[in-house]
Amino acid sequence: MSEMRRVTAICNGTVIDHVPGGQALRVLRMLRITGSQSNPVSLVMNVPSSKHGSKDIIKVEDRELTQDELDRLALIAPHASVSIIRNFTVAEKRVVELGEEMVNVARCTYSNCISHGDREPLPHRLKVLTAEPLELRCHYCGHTQDIEGLVENLL
Amino acid sequence: MDDMSDDDIIGLLDDAARLVPVAQGDVHLPLLEGKLLGNMFFEPSTRTRMSFETAMKRLGGNVINLGALASSSVSKGETLYDTMRMVDGYCDLAVLRHPRQGAAQYAADACAIPIVNAGDGAGHHPTQTLLDLFTIKQAHGRLDLDVTLVGDLRYGRTVHSLSHALARFGARLTLVSPETLGMPSEIVDDLKAAGSDITVSDDLQAQVANADVIYMTRIQKERFPDDDEYLKVAGIYQLSKSDLGGAKGSMIIMHPLPRVDEIDSDVDGTEHALYFEQAANGVVARMALLCRMLGADIPDEVTA
Repeated sequence: MSEMRRVTAICNGTVIDHVPGGQALRVLRMLRITGSQSNPVSLVMNVPSSKHGSKDIIKVEDRELTQDELDRLALIAPHASVSIIRNFTVAEKRVVELGEEMVNVARCTYSNCISHGDREPLPHRLKVLTAEPLELRCHYCGHTQDIEGLVENLL
Repeated sequence: MDDMSDDDIIGLLDDAARLVPVAQGDVHLPLLEGKLLGNMFFEPSTRTRMSFETAMKRLGGNVINLGALASSSVSKGETLYDTMRMVDGYCDLAVLRHPRQGAAQYAADACAIPIVNAGDGAGHHPTQTLLDLFTIKQAHGRLDLDVTLVGDLRYGRTVHSLSHALARFGARLTLVSPETLGMPSEIVDDLKAAGSDITVSDDLQAQVANADVIYMTRIQKERFPDDDEYLKVAGIYQLSKSDLGGAKGSMIIMHPLPRVDEIDSDVDGTEHALYFEQAANGVVARMALLCRMLGADIPDEVTA
């Protein structure tokens, strides 16, 4: 399969590889890539991967994703590898970093948390307790987050 | 309470003990003269709101109240953030009770003045815990005791905070509830991690002989999704004088009040009944906390 390219190389932009199989659309949502911008975006889903069984790959042309944007991926694609491409070559490698806190990435999964209040302006803050397995606690209400549910609460 | 060290908590309990004559009106000690407290109760409360007001006024301070929600700007859709920013400009500190969990931390982030959490949703109620610890320590002189917590351990915020605090001070805890109202597993895990010896039971009578403290709670109708679920467990635990024959003489019965039918009125006259003293202790415990938060030092000896 490897000799047959599903998506061609890009000239300039960002390649996100090793996204868990089937999660590419969620990753686009997290990166706020909606398709309304004019730059080309290619994605490949559920291709065989020796590391993870199956994986997705996303190529965003003419846009270099920032570290802040990439760190949002820690929730669903913590092991994604990211390459910044300039003139068809890998100019930089970046890794997704899970900081001490995820700010304005997702809304607390506890429905009675103050952060669910309409128009409350303070940021959504989830503190990282452990990375593997990922354990998060809401800064405000202290509830341990249901990670599956959290993916549905992405901002 | 997580913000405070064990020494901080013991220090507050000692402060509270010294303030008893002030709380009773025997000594005039206006440590908080000129200070203004904002009582922000977004949920109904009689006891907690009045005890904060009493505590502040006994210390010479003054109080403003949020007032009835229906007539306040909250009913017009004001955010908690905006309401608290306003109070931040008026007062020296604020007490907050709110139906949503995490509201106290949220308000603390929004404000420069100190915020006291007086209960947020099913979350913590730390000043209740402070007065409960004070009551236990006044009665027994120590906190590493056999404590039985009874009733709604799932939704009851007083028992969540209290169990955390007691675990820190080496108490052995027995958790008595119907299965559907058991202590949340994440709290039980925290208590065990803190080194507390935990026993889980649904039988109150079996605990009476061993307990140093029996802490009763009301099964709160308002926390149930429907009446049928409530009626299945309503009235399941009741103590009357005749149940107490095998109890230790020093055993104390506590209840955050209001009670419904958990404790028969024939218990009120026994040496075990401490729930009214407990309620009165709310004033002195909150006085100690207000002084701490506003940086007022309490004299080593408080005498007339």
